[in-house]
Amino acid sequence: MASSSLSAKTTGLRPTPERLSRWRVARKWIAAQEGWIFIFPWVVGFILLDLGPYIFALIISFLNWDVGRPPSFIGFRNYQAAFTDPLVGKSLWNTAYYTLFHVPGSTIIAFAVAGLLNQRVRGMPIWRTMYYIPSVTSGVGMALIWIWLFAPRGALNGMLGWFGIEGPRWLTSTTWAMPALIIMSFWGVGSSMVIFLAGLQGVPQHLYEAAEVDGGGWWAKVRHVTIPMMTPYIFLSLILGVIGSFQVVTQALLMTEGGPDNATLFILLYIWIMGWNAFKMGYAASISWILFAIIFVATIIQFLGARRWVYYEYQEPG
Amino acid sequence: MAATTAEVGRRRPIALRAFRWTRRILLYLIVVGGSFVYMYPVFFMLRTSLTKESDLYVVPPIIVPLPPVWENYAIMWQNGPTWSWIKNSLIVVSFSVVAETVTSVSVAYGFARTRFAARDKLFIGVLATMMLPGAVTLIPRWLIFHRLDMIDTLWPLLIPRLFGTAFYIFIMRQFFLTLPRELDDAARIDGASHLQILRKVVIPLSVPAIATIAVFSFMNRWNDFLEPLIYLLRTENLTLAVGLRFFVSRFGTEYHLLMAGAMLLIVPMIFAFFLAQKQFIRGIALTGIKG
Repeated sequence: MASSSLSAKTTGLRPTPERLSRWRVARKWIAAQEGWIFIFPWVVGFILLDLGPYIFALIISFLNWDVGRPPSFIGFRNYQAAFTDPLVGKSLWNTAYYTLFHVPGSTIIAFAVAGLLNQRVRGMPIWRTMYYIPSVTSGVGMALIWIWLFAPRGALNGMLGWFGIEGPRWLTSTTWAMPALIIMSFWGVGSSMVIFLAGLQGVPQHLYEAAEVDGGGWWAKVRHVTIPMMTPYIFLSLILGVIGSFQVVTQALLMTEGGPDNATLFILLYIWIMGWNAFKMGYAASISWILFAIIFVATIIQFLGARRWVYYEYQEPG
Repeated sequence: MAATTAEVGRRRPIALRAFRWTRRILLYLIVVGGSFVYMYPVFFMLRTSLTKESDLYVVPPIIVPLPPVWENYAIMWQNGPTWSWIKNSLIVVSFSVVAETVTSVSVAYGFARTRFAARDKLFIGVLATMMLPGAVTLIPRWLIFHRLDMIDTLWPLLIPRLFGTAFYIFIMRQFFLTLPRELDDAARIDGASHLQILRKVVIPLSVPAIATIAVFSFMNRWNDFLEPLIYLLRTENLTLAVGLRFFVSRFGTEYHLLMAGAMLLIVPMIFAFFLAQKQFIRGIALTGIKG
């Protein structure tokens, strides 16, 4: 796109003495390269911190690399070991379990909350902030709070007690530790919520009016106007949600350390354990490539599936 | 607007008005109730951090602990080199916010407003780094910094911030594309260079978007856990987020101290959010962050 407009300009020059025209072409070419100066930092970072490390990671995954000893080439042995390692299977299953509930759940909640916060209600800035605050404070602080909320005699079980339900020992139960982390994740929907909110405010009002003229009620408007217009945002939220969810680690490390009995061993947590506790860098790298492949395939599938349900009103600007 | 004119135009029967009122009250109940559900963990943390240990499990629960037990904070503070942790976090965060914002804005300007042959191909690279899992680069980056003898220093947390962050570049580029091109064309005719256009024309129009990525950067770096965990070793070299990890093992079930520690991490975030809130919400609405 950029190159075609450049050539149109250069070929469109009026006929002038050849040397002058050549000088102009050269000067235009130099001016056209000015953009490089602006993106130069990113290019350097991309090569040193992304492209290079990706290639390096691929090499490492074929090595037997315990930090402190010279690495040796062992072919696909790391991958063979990973495919037969029951803990890799277990951690992948755990991660998939989390993703399966966290991503759709938090998308639906974020969407519903955004819909609520898009209503005309007095004091809305205050309410919006209150919904957003837990996401601002996500990470370690929130994990510490939820350790206490999920404590055997903590707030959650106290509330369940009001209804005569004896709550489980959330974080130390193999059955309930994962659901606990999923429940907690629903408090961090703030950023998708704000994105949805921005999207909702961009839905043209005349579409709702048209639906009203056709006698459509509240649900018809949501179903036939809001949701179709919001599909690009929902899609973005799903894509980034799956990518993030497959790389969850902080909560598990702080709250359960992968336990009890590996019930919350996420794949990235296992990579961390292998890399920085067992110092098996080669093995950890090979697992990270398996994780890469899974996220890559999941993303491609979502992009292919998007053609069926994502609705773009405008063509993206080039 | 349209809804109000419709209401004036037709007079609705009483039953319908009653229905509207019920719906309105219900809406308020859900919005306000939900916001309390969302804030509950934060309220609860504040309350617990000021409660005596012996009062933690009292029935009915104490909602406002009186008098507040400030000693909890003193005990929590003395648990580790808290000052060093805060100092390290502040170094990392202040450097990162400035570096990430400045670089991401200038790179985004390059992608949105200058023309050169490889531009759009390179932008695919930005999208790729946003989409591909960063987990893969964790090990090689660590080994590189290990080779550079930078383990247990703050450098591995600072250096990568100098090169712009894909997500912020993406947000800023999308925002710059919404600014009318005529503005910089006019400046160009007046003989302004790209750098002058960026400083005098584009940046003043982009304050909300820039505030948005600055807040994102602050949040992400302040809360960052995995990177400092793998790069920092000695207790006094840790950042606050990683330092607080010791609280979990140290305090175990002394939840009032645990919550005092959590407050230390969360209060600056809430404070920063309130300061930037207006620009931040506007920025997100404006950038739209659409694909």
